[in-house]
Amino acid sequence: MIRDITIGQYYPADSVIHRLDPRVKLVGTIVFLVSLFLFQDFSGYIAATIYLACVIKISKVPLKFMLKGLKSIFILLLFSVIFNLFLTDGETLIHLFWKVRITKEGLGIAVFMAIRLVYLIIGTSIMTLTTTPNDLTDGLEKGLRPLKKIHVPVHEIAMMMSIALRFIPILLEETDKIMKAQMARGADFESGNILQRAKSMIPILVPLFISAFRRANDLAMAMEARCYHGGEGRTKMKPLIYKRRDFIAYATFAIYLSVVVVINTVSKLL
Amino acid sequence: MGIIKIKDLIYEYAKHDEEGNVESTIRAVDQVSLDIKKGEFIAVLGHNGSGKSTMAKHINAILTPTEGTVWVAGKDTAKEENIWDIRQNAGMVFQNPDNQIIGTIVEEDVGFGPENMGIPTEDIWKRVDNALRAVGMIAYRKHSPNKLSGGQKQRVAIAGVVAMKPQCIVLDEPTAMLDPMGRKEVIATVRELNEKENVTVILITHYMEEVIYADKVIVMDNGKVVMQGFPKEIFSNVEKLKSYRLDVPQVTELAYELKKEGLPLTDGILTIDELVDELCQLRLKI
Repeated sequence: MIRDITIGQYYPADSVIHRLDPRVKLVGTIVFLVSLFLFQDFSGYIAATIYLACVIKISKVPLKFMLKGLKSIFILLLFSVIFNLFLTDGETLIHLFWKVRITKEGLGIAVFMAIRLVYLIIGTSIMTLTTTPNDLTDGLEKGLRPLKKIHVPVHEIAMMMSIALRFIPILLEETDKIMKAQMARGADFESGNILQRAKSMIPILVPLFISAFRRANDLAMAMEARCYHGGEGRTKMKPLIYKRRDFIAYATFAIYLSVVVVINTVSKLL
Repeated sequence: MGIIKIKDLIYEYAKHDEEGNVESTIRAVDQVSLDIKKGEFIAVLGHNGSGKSTMAKHINAILTPTEGTVWVAGKDTAKEENIWDIRQNAGMVFQNPDNQIIGTIVEEDVGFGPENMGIPTEDIWKRVDNALRAVGMIAYRKHSPNKLSGGQKQRVAIAGVVAMKPQCIVLDEPTAMLDPMGRKEVIATVRELNEKENVTVILITHYMEEVIYADKVIVMDNGKVVMQGFPKEIFSNVEKLKSYRLDVPQVTELAYELKKEGLPLTDGILTIDELVDELCQLRLKI
């Protein structure tokens, strides 16, 4: 179950999306996320769907990988759909029993929320699947560089993020191992109420934390052994330089955003 | 003077009780002196807690001596200003391959060291290419390290050190967490580096099979160097090795037992071929 989280998992492939500057992809993702919240009715989502489908096609990442990320938010999705479906006031569509009813507005909002959440995850997955975490943090580091003037440790934050991303799969694997080891000795993680289940997680968390600290210690030593001494005087193996395709991508974002705005105003007028 | 010179090295660490007071000091390395020449392949043996890893960490200036001095390429490791020169000259590979790979893509990890050294971008790429080629991992350059086998990960870690163009590489039990296949891979890579690129290698291990190719073997026990010499010399002394809780290679053990039973074999047989030769000649003699 815990292996299903694809966020932070790079999918190696050779596509234009993979080769784009990470800053472009960051901006693109933000534009897409903002656009999702601009829409007021379904016509806008047609534009978003077409856009998303094109990007997925170009990225050469199998759709299966993107949908994997959805599993982790399935419960959240279910909750938001159910609450919106049953607890929104408005014109009754189907009366079930007592005060429970499905309203027209509720149905609309529920579908809206579901699409939004799914697109949010897919949109961000595209970025994390096509960008190596190192590229991503490089992009952040360079994008946030102006903040260095007000003493924000940009390089350190970027480094911390990339290390965190690198160790997510390792720590997940480790959690799996510890769980299996505990299960082999009769630990029970499945039964009982939430409180009991939470309690049974403690014997997993303690060894996990200890090993994480040990790993951190080892890693720090390995980094120092390879001359790591902070961001000062560091060169880049893959320096970020805007290429033609990056400007084309920026233009695409602008077109997409203006299409979204146009659709929005038109649908408001109608 | 050799590439690495260690003189009267003592390293002590304090053991604290629960309130943080110093309870006692433990001497992990005791009066060690070594002189390692460029291009040598040195193996350091010892059971757990013999101080071999502690000694190795001094070569990379991760630890600094309590007493005595360590020079790497003529530079004193205790001096703060030498630290980056020394770390570039003496690369270090650790036991757990997962905990020393920083990059999420093989080539990015190999580039980490040169990046820290402030090498210009094109040169970094050249170094990464050469390093990956030297360890035979060029085909995996775009892969994620998580998907590699243990032996491959360790080779990537070695490439990461090679890319810094060090004069010597210290490997601290690089094969302890690997399966036999991975172990062979890593040792073959290290030997090749030593032979082709003339990199000085200091291999810390407790697998005897890895030691037989070394130019010189150092045995440590209780923080002290207790034996020093050619592999043949060291392994001819089976009794003494056993007293330091070390095993000898199976072939050597067999030869030793046969000799004890009265067969006239030479001391310190290291490989199966050698033993076969000896035994065949024995038949001729009889």
